[in-house]
Amino acid sequence: MTIAPRRVALLGNPNTGKTSIYNALTGSQAKVGNYPGVTVERRAGQLRDSPDIEVVDVPGTYSLVARSADEQIALDVALGTGSTAPALVVVCVDATQLARSLYLLVQLQELGGRCLVALTMTDEAGGAAPQADQLAAALGCPVVAVIGRTAVGLDRLRAAIIRSVNGASGVVPAPVWRWSPSAALAAQLATVRAAFPASWPASDGLALWALQCVGDDELANVPPAVRAAVKEAGPDSRVDDEAILGRYQWLDGIVAKLVKQRVDRRRTERVDRVLLHRGFGLIIFGAVMFVLFMSLFAWSDPAITVVENLFGKLGGAVGSLLPDGIFEDFVVDGIIGGVGSVLVFLPQILLLFFFLGVLEDFGYLARVAYLMDRIMRTMNLSGRAFVPMLSGFACAVPAIMATRTMERQRDRLLTMLVIPLMTCSARLPVYTLVIAALFPSNTLGGLSTKGLLMVAMYVFSMITSLAAAWILARVLKPLRAKRLPFVIELPPYRAPRVADILRMMWSKTSMFLREAGTVILVCTIALWALLYFPRELPANQPDYAAQVERASDPATRAVAEQALATAQLNNSYGARLGHAIEPAIAPLGFDWKIGVGIIGAFAAREVFVATLGVIFGVGDDEGSLRQHLAADKKPDGSNAYSPLTGLSLMIFFALACQCMSTLAVLKRETGGYRWPVFVFSYMTALAWVMSFLVYQVGSLLGF
Amino acid sequence: MLRLVDIERKRVVTVTAVEGERSFRRRLMEMGLCPGTEVAITNVAPLGDPLEIDVRGGRLSIRRDEAAQIRVRR
Repeated sequence: MTIAPRRVALLGNPNTGKTSIYNALTGSQAKVGNYPGVTVERRAGQLRDSPDIEVVDVPGTYSLVARSADEQIALDVALGTGSTAPALVVVCVDATQLARSLYLLVQLQELGGRCLVALTMTDEAGGAAPQADQLAAALGCPVVAVIGRTAVGLDRLRAAIIRSVNGASGVVPAPVWRWSPSAALAAQLATVRAAFPASWPASDGLALWALQCVGDDELANVPPAVRAAVKEAGPDSRVDDEAILGRYQWLDGIVAKLVKQRVDRRRTERVDRVLLHRGFGLIIFGAVMFVLFMSLFAWSDPAITVVENLFGKLGGAVGSLLPDGIFEDFVVDGIIGGVGSVLVFLPQILLLFFFLGVLEDFGYLARVAYLMDRIMRTMNLSGRAFVPMLSGFACAVPAIMATRTMERQRDRLLTMLVIPLMTCSARLPVYTLVIAALFPSNTLGGLSTKGLLMVAMYVFSMITSLAAAWILARVLKPLRAKRLPFVIELPPYRAPRVADILRMMWSKTSMFLREAGTVILVCTIALWALLYFPRELPANQPDYAAQVERASDPATRAVAEQALATAQLNNSYGARLGHAIEPAIAPLGFDWKIGVGIIGAFAAREVFVATLGVIFGVGDDEGSLRQHLAADKKPDGSNAYSPLTGLSLMIFFALACQCMSTLAVLKRETGGYRWPVFVFSYMTALAWVMSFLVYQVGSLLGF
Repeated sequence: MLRLVDIERKRVVTVTAVEGERSFRRRLMEMGLCPGTEVAITNVAPLGDPLEIDVRGGRLSIRRDEAAQIRVRR
């Protein structure tokens, strides 16, 4: 093991104010990315005014004991197992939760980590906060009291960090044990320690860690020899009892000596009496979720329109500057259109993360999980999945990003896999077109059947996503996790910190632009090219270009241009692909025109409407597109699109993963191609089978 | 034999044992719910599950079937 002499790791339980301290320590310089191979976010930045010291933020955790590769990150970063160790670990300790947040420090000291305690929430603890110097004496490491909100103590914390880092000079501190292992445990520790590779420190602390973690685990980088030694040592629950009780008994002694008063929770209890009330609590919950949903679904619309108009105008302006031709079309429709299709997600992403930040900081997000857990668990999900799933009704892209608030990776993955099934707002234009064009205006019990159909599509998507969660959790091995306790900490209510929220919104946005945005841009350009090339029409077609040239008045010219666009789209590689997949989609009741529309919709579902508009030669006149759809005939004279085709088409759009932006974000959030490929496959297969059943059974029944 | 799930609200009891599979009980104990700890159910969620409990001055929410694995004495 080597030591990175200028690296500091920031460790702590969730809700200890770690994020505020990280932000205050690092200023605006931060690198956000993923740890390789896992879905855990890695944040690192330079210490303010000391750019040679790097601060790495370790994801919040209650313990270094790990079952999965995700949980192992904390140990790897704090101790440098497998790579380099930091010179110093700053442990954030919540003064209102002293014993529980010091548990991590005791573990770390057993492992021989050089520690420094940042004692947070001392303002909230009031008289219940321990004296920093007394705590330092008891723990045998420096303690600095800080208040993240008001930046009190931050200068002292920075100075203490620099002092510790400069004084460390590569010396690994001796492990400190607060309890004595029994003779039986000591023998087990010796067995395991003997099997360690040279790259691991031969310490009892790490041997205890291995005894607690290895066995029934999914850890990466555990050498087979260590696994064998752990098995030989015969670990059982008694190891856990001895270690955990030993640590807590020592901690309880410290706390009893240093803390003379209980933390005042009356304010939080008063708020909870309303917010968690059987009646008011659920009404307020409904109101908050309504505001969250409406802001994503409807209120973000003006901002989205602004982005769209801006890029429309930009395209027009650039187009008029460039000479007509392929290059102009590439710049305007490919690049500018592509960048626009990435930026159009920003309003919803910013809004959702603003809400999530406020609710999380305030302490309400944990309460949402608490309130909704009973409902969500029936689908093998947890209460933490509620907000991301709800956001999925607006757009899967921010919703998938929002699953970061779920600390259990298995729950998070399952939620991400079913979010794309929720009826997002991009499906609405497709449903609207199909329902308006292909379904008769009837009433059923005084309600319009068209409206009922729309509601039915929403209910359908809710049922399918919940059913999918229920099934996937039973079928997929990575999701059939061990039954672990679902413990949610209900933190005291606190005022949201605007600066931290803005910074988080920016870091999510920039990460989306950098990692998902590039994929979306490339795919948009590729799709544009697919539907644009080749430009030369076959010789047997009328010379539309000459017709455009010859047109004397604007009206004739527009008609000729429309005809040219239609002919070129129908001749494009995309249209040929649409023809090629016709045999595969014919059993669903779709012809090649819908096939081309489905291919175009991969850029974004609403593009389906625009693509069909060009195919039918009506441009963006949706009214006339509806008439064409309703009137289009098959060669045998029957209607090309019946209500049954419409239903089959809507089912297909409800279930198929017709959205490369969703896939791009899934790739980014799961750290690889495995899960986006899985989502695309299972949803497309599901869509095909369901549409097939609907169309074939419907046909048999004579619809 | 008393289990946490059977205790009336606001009644302070002491954990005597945490049952269940190894990683399950380890997680609960590391969160502070180890034998000898005083614990009380402070609230029940509006839909009847999960429970809000007071452990070491902090509030946690655990599910009913998890609270059924925690043995306590008055």
